[in-house]
Amino acid sequence: MADLNTLRLLPLDALHQECGAKMCPFAGYRMPINFPAGVMKEHLHTRSHAGLFDVSHMGQVLLQPKGDMATVALAFEALMPVDVLALQPGRQRYGLLTNAAGGILDDLMFANRGDHYYVVVNAACKETDIAHLTAHLSDVADVIPVTDRALLALQGPEAEAVLEAIVPGTAAMRFMDVAIFGDLWISRSGYTGEDGYEISLPEDLADAFARKLLADPRVLPIGLGARDSLRLEAGMCLYGHDIDTTTSPVEAGLTWAIQKSRRTGGARAGGFPGAARILHELEHGPARLRVGLLPEGRAPLREGVPLVEDGAVIGQITSGGFSPSGERPIAMGYVPTPHAAEGTPLTAELRGRAAPATVTALPFQPNRYKR
Amino acid sequence: MKYTEEHEWLRADGEIITVGITAFAAEQLGDVVFVELPEVETVVATGDEVAVIESVKAASEILAPLNGEIVEVNAALIDNPALVSEDPLGAGWFFKIKIDDLAALDGLMSEDEYNDHIA
Repeated sequence: MADLNTLRLLPLDALHQECGAKMCPFAGYRMPINFPAGVMKEHLHTRSHAGLFDVSHMGQVLLQPKGDMATVALAFEALMPVDVLALQPGRQRYGLLTNAAGGILDDLMFANRGDHYYVVVNAACKETDIAHLTAHLSDVADVIPVTDRALLALQGPEAEAVLEAIVPGTAAMRFMDVAIFGDLWISRSGYTGEDGYEISLPEDLADAFARKLLADPRVLPIGLGARDSLRLEAGMCLYGHDIDTTTSPVEAGLTWAIQKSRRTGGARAGGFPGAARILHELEHGPARLRVGLLPEGRAPLREGVPLVEDGAVIGQITSGGFSPSGERPIAMGYVPTPHAAEGTPLTAELRGRAAPATVTALPFQPNRYKR
Repeated sequence: MKYTEEHEWLRADGEIITVGITAFAAEQLGDVVFVELPEVETVVATGDEVAVIESVKAASEILAPLNGEIVEVNAALIDNPALVSEDPLGAGWFFKIKIDDLAALDGLMSEDEYNDHIA
């Protein structure tokens, strides 16, 4: 294990310790894996009340136009199979940076904040993302890493009531709205499948703000363990696991993130890295697909477990574990497209044994966004 | 009681040794959701993987602490894996092993030594 003392500290490190967090290294940071309640209770609390996550390790970036927003939008579209131009001010969208082979460099959230774009990227990718954005956008925008702000996520059915009491006006936001409230940059989004918010705020205010949220009995601090089980139940991809530079957005089942305007026949079709492969797969179907899997019995099938047929490996689990809400193991993985239909029986090879699993629709738990 | 560096405890009753994991290990694991136990009559050598504990977070192996033969497993863990967290030193035991050489127990840690080990 990496030495916890050489890791970068989150702005809320002291608060995490005070709350009794078990800390572990993640993406170069010392992060809370769970709090004394434990992963199971933290998970279920988030699904029924509200959970506070410190996601300050993630990358925040501003794209400040040198000219107009439309020029930046079009340049950004040259990096993603996503409609940036049509994104209205005050709105956020999910995006994917692709490479020339049609693989995924990173997934991200980007918001149109009227006179600039605000982008949130994965912690492990942030340096390369910033270099990539700078290399391709610096003619039309200043690419400005935000290094002095924390990022919190408040997730769960009671998040709205909790935040509205502290930041009036936030209850009126819809899913994927973004707004600025004084020092707070708030979006109605998250990565748990629940209604909730992500809140960017100056580092020096983060501790006091988090304590204010935690003072509400509906809010518990939640660690990375439950963040992972929540996003898995929500059927969402974890970069570096379910998606990476070898998986295309179509294989990953992320075609909903590719708007019509960027597809063949659309107003601004193609023109992004890997367009040949991605547009071809959109039309003709990919060779493999990400699917949800319900393992039989109680043994979880985790990342790396092979899926086999007649002794040959046909696919692999990319994320798996125990679903606290469903009280059963769940998993996601890639299979050849002919095996991807809901209800298809598959066999995983778990510790040398055949472990049956069935293809199932994603998400495992219905999402509860406030649209 | 004797202890291994892998956070197992061993309680001897003649040549039959009951094996479980320590309260420290159970706490580290968090919520246990599944336990895979060995077959009775399996002959094992020190360090062999004999059982698997799945927590919400990850899978961990239990290794054979000594050479011997598995003579009984705690079937209650199959229906209620949470016993491992709730009562690691009692109802959460994993298996009983008939060991080849009782003297081998002397090479394991005492309670004081184990407490120093995890301090």
